[in-house]
Amino acid sequence: MSGWRHPTLGTEIDRSEPRRAKVDWTPIDGFAGDTLASALLASGPRTIARSFKYHRPRGLYGFGAEEPNALFDVVRDGVTEPNARATLTPLEHGLLARAVNATPTAERDRHRWLDLLHQVIPAGFYYKTFMAGGWHLYEPRIRAMAGLGRLDPNTTPPAEVQTRHATCGTLIIGAGVAGLVAARKAVDAGEEVWLIEQSAHLGGALRWRGGVIDGALWWDFVEDTRARVLASGGKILTGTTAWGAFDHGLIAAHQAEAHLHWQIRPGRTILATGAVERPLWPAGNDRPGVMSAEAAHYYLTLYGAVAGRRIVLATGADSGYATAAALAQAGAVVTLADRRAETPDAPTGVRHLTNQRLQSVQGRRELFGVTLNDAFHSADTLLVSGGWTPSVHLHCQAGGKLDWDAGKDALVPRAGTSHMEVVGAANGAFGLGAALVEAGVTSADTTDWHWHPVRPYPEQRGRIWIDLQNDVTLKDVKLAAREGFTSVEHLKRYTTLGMATDQGRTANFTGLAAMADATDRTIPETGTTTFRPPVQPLALTVLGGRRRGDLFNPPKRLALEELHRTAGAQFREYGGWLRPSAYGEEERDAALSEAQAARDNVAIYDASPLGKLEVIGPGAPALLDFAFYNRLSTLEPGRARYAFLLQESGIVFDDGVVLRPAEDRFIVSASSAHVDAVRFILEDPRQDRFDPSQVAIHDVTQAYTTLTVTGPRAQDLLRAAGIATDIPHMGLEEVTLDGFPLRIARISFTGDRSFELSVPLPKGPALHARLESARTKLNGHWIGLEAVMILRAEKGYILVGKDTDGLTMPQDLGWGGPRDRREDDYLGRASLRTEAANAPDRRQLVGLRVDGEALPVGAHLVPLEGPRRSLGFVTSSHDSPALGRPIALALLEGGAARIGQSVGVFQDGIVQTATVTAPCAFDPEGERL
Amino acid sequence: MQRFPCPFCGPRAETEFHFAVEAGHPRPDGAPSDADWAAYLYDVDAPKGPAREMWLHVTCGTYFLMTRDTQTREILGAEDLG
Ligand SMILES: [Zn+2]
Repeated sequence: MSGWRHPTLGTEIDRSEPRRAKVDWTPIDGFAGDTLASALLASGPRTIARSFKYHRPRGLYGFGAEEPNALFDVVRDGVTEPNARATLTPLEHGLLARAVNATPTAERDRHRWLDLLHQVIPAGFYYKTFMAGGWHLYEPRIRAMAGLGRLDPNTTPPAEVQTRHATCGTLIIGAGVAGLVAARKAVDAGEEVWLIEQSAHLGGALRWRGGVIDGALWWDFVEDTRARVLASGGKILTGTTAWGAFDHGLIAAHQAEAHLHWQIRPGRTILATGAVERPLWPAGNDRPGVMSAEAAHYYLTLYGAVAGRRIVLATGADSGYATAAALAQAGAVVTLADRRAETPDAPTGVRHLTNQRLQSVQGRRELFGVTLNDAFHSADTLLVSGGWTPSVHLHCQAGGKLDWDAGKDALVPRAGTSHMEVVGAANGAFGLGAALVEAGVTSADTTDWHWHPVRPYPEQRGRIWIDLQNDVTLKDVKLAAREGFTSVEHLKRYTTLGMATDQGRTANFTGLAAMADATDRTIPETGTTTFRPPVQPLALTVLGGRRRGDLFNPPKRLALEELHRTAGAQFREYGGWLRPSAYGEEERDAALSEAQAARDNVAIYDASPLGKLEVIGPGAPALLDFAFYNRLSTLEPGRARYAFLLQESGIVFDDGVVLRPAEDRFIVSASSAHVDAVRFILEDPRQDRFDPSQVAIHDVTQAYTTLTVTGPRAQDLLRAAGIATDIPHMGLEEVTLDGFPLRIARISFTGDRSFELSVPLPKGPALHARLESARTKLNGHWIGLEAVMILRAEKGYILVGKDTDGLTMPQDLGWGGPRDRREDDYLGRASLRTEAANAPDRRQLVGLRVDGEALPVGAHLVPLEGPRRSLGFVTSSHDSPALGRPIALALLEGGAARIGQSVGVFQDGIVQTATVTAPCAFDPEGERL
Repeated sequence: MQRFPCPFCGPRAETEFHFAVEAGHPRPDGAPSDADWAAYLYDVDAPKGPAREMWLHVTCGTYFLMTRDTQTREILGAEDLG
């Protein structure tokens, strides 16, 4: 326990507001404003995590999204967030945190023995070892021992994130000094500026390093910039992570506290995402107590949390000097050990050593010293600062390239390769002075941060960690190089370097440099890995937004749904619509008795989802002739015709009845699930082949309620409802009833006389009321879709997509007439004339007759003799109350020629015999229509 | 997410569009040979680089001709069929 709380420092915390969380069942105390990380640093134990693979003890390393070690499964309001970074988790009362990959606690983890095996489990160990018998035999045990956080199967995170689409003039990502200066310039140029900042505050490193900008103290500069952006109509989103750059300039950002997921299309994007401090690589560098120097500076100023009492700050960079000074001033004993001979002046109160090579870290459970130039130095904390790596994820996601700048010892964005301008440390302008010079701001401070390019020393003995989070060591990188995985993409996959939740922020550059060293190549020759979204881990609930449960794929609802519910309807989804399946408790029994009632007496069903595409204008007949397989220009006004719509491949896409209420007006009754697609199939030739000014298509499906009355007494029910009509089968008329328009179409999908009654949506309840009172008088039934399915199957009426498949052409359904007769062109015509379309072994629609149980849908048809092969399959199957036996429809190879013969039906290893029949099993003469 | 220019509506998100067909393959009318018909149905160029394609803006129902670079995703033009 070496961290401590300074009595006065800490700009973020409110000492009058204590907060207590529990970490691994131990209370951790802090203040309002603390993060879990700052509270742990100030008061807690050093070993707060266990590593991914070897279960090594680990402590806090960084302060932002780069944190590789301090991961917890955090429980807040009963919901578990796995792998939450302590650095980004506010300290709250009642918050429960469990160290990942440790049982029972990080301190006393029972798998710590695994580290003893490190010699025998290098990178690639799993791939090479657990092969015999298959990985799945070993996976459960290994997963239990290695890995990170655990999902809580008992809680579901709330679906509360809303997506918001926006455009803006100039989007600036990152509100450090570079981003703020860019914002001021854009405001001055009259642009609308949006500023996105990941932390809760503007200012970036100014907040802990301080500074003077253009003669103003940093907080005045920040507040003035904030006011200017807002006054010019801009927007500032703090606590917001820009996590992805996508095509055509789209930026995705998550504003966590407001539960908003932004999709922003800026006119111009400026990237000011700063840089991440590089570590150093003494042997044993993963020991708790080794920390990023910048992180120590951050925790000291903002939280008064001091990393240690006796600190060695090892650096090769200028940036560590202010840190050493601040820590010494706060009361720590600080040794500043610089790799360089030429250094800035030593800060006051700091022991300054130059030309120091950091070799190793000493300590078992706790760090007790470090070795510099073969000399032991006692210390409780080692701060490391090996230079800076620009955060260029978004630039690279947007297609940007990087250049190696040897002078800066960094990969910096190549201007003009992405649509973004990159400024500040992200662009290689390291330090306040450099950022101001780059931006052209007058400044007293013009110093650039320099550093000596430090790399892991290949000859150093001991274990050197490259990637703390995925437990990748220098030895693993060398092993990968020896085994030929020398491309950085292969290195990444072989060792898992950079693949953890920190996305290798502190590891990727080192891994790349180590591979370059191991293969005697330069860094540009070695290359970089691909940057992919998200920039940092993103909960799937953010991407999913509100699309869950009822909102995942909401069905269309009937206007009369409540009336059907009152009548006892059960509902199910059919083709995207929620429709009554049956009116009664037990669906199957209800459907059977409803089907019987429809045959014996009269029944009503809600057919509103049936498509209603109005095709209007003098060009309508020609368009429909081209689009449909059946000629429709010859249809007389006031009549209806059954027709197929084919794809150009000749495959049946939809079927339905087309009505012609008037010379220049047609209504296409597309299947309810196909309305949109049929509309676009018609729109294509309308716009691309015919004169679009001569014909219009209008989808009015959801503007009407359609109730269908069917059964031997259908006409009686209509009469009792006060609706008089004497139209013939396939006739239609449009009348007025109580002042509202009513369309009556005598079309049957059941095989009994049927009338489809369509009224504008607001008149649906009135029509319902009339029919309902007539139904009561006649003892008729409401029937659901399950009964309708029985009735249509008895008649051999198909459902496209159920009784047809991706090979079915109209002649396979007994509709060869138009193909043989039509001379004019129509969609799919040439396909119907190919050899394949005329092959004798095509699968054709037939009926099947069996005794006993109904056949299973999907069961394959097989020959009764000879080698077994599929001849087709059962497409629909029901018990028929009207016939007192099961019925079935099937697609059967050469089916038309097999009518009267027997065929095998194969299911679960058993073959039963069925008789092939014509598809229509009920009233084949159509006398009931 | 890409942004496509509907000639009727203006720029809209790519999720509102459906790819229809590659342009430049006119439908062989009348009684084409099986080979010509099969080529019309199934042969696509799928060029890497500039491509001319028919797209449908689903929300307004407009089919239009778009020229875009399939590699850089740059939109090079959009024409309505009028
Ligand atoms: Zn449009």
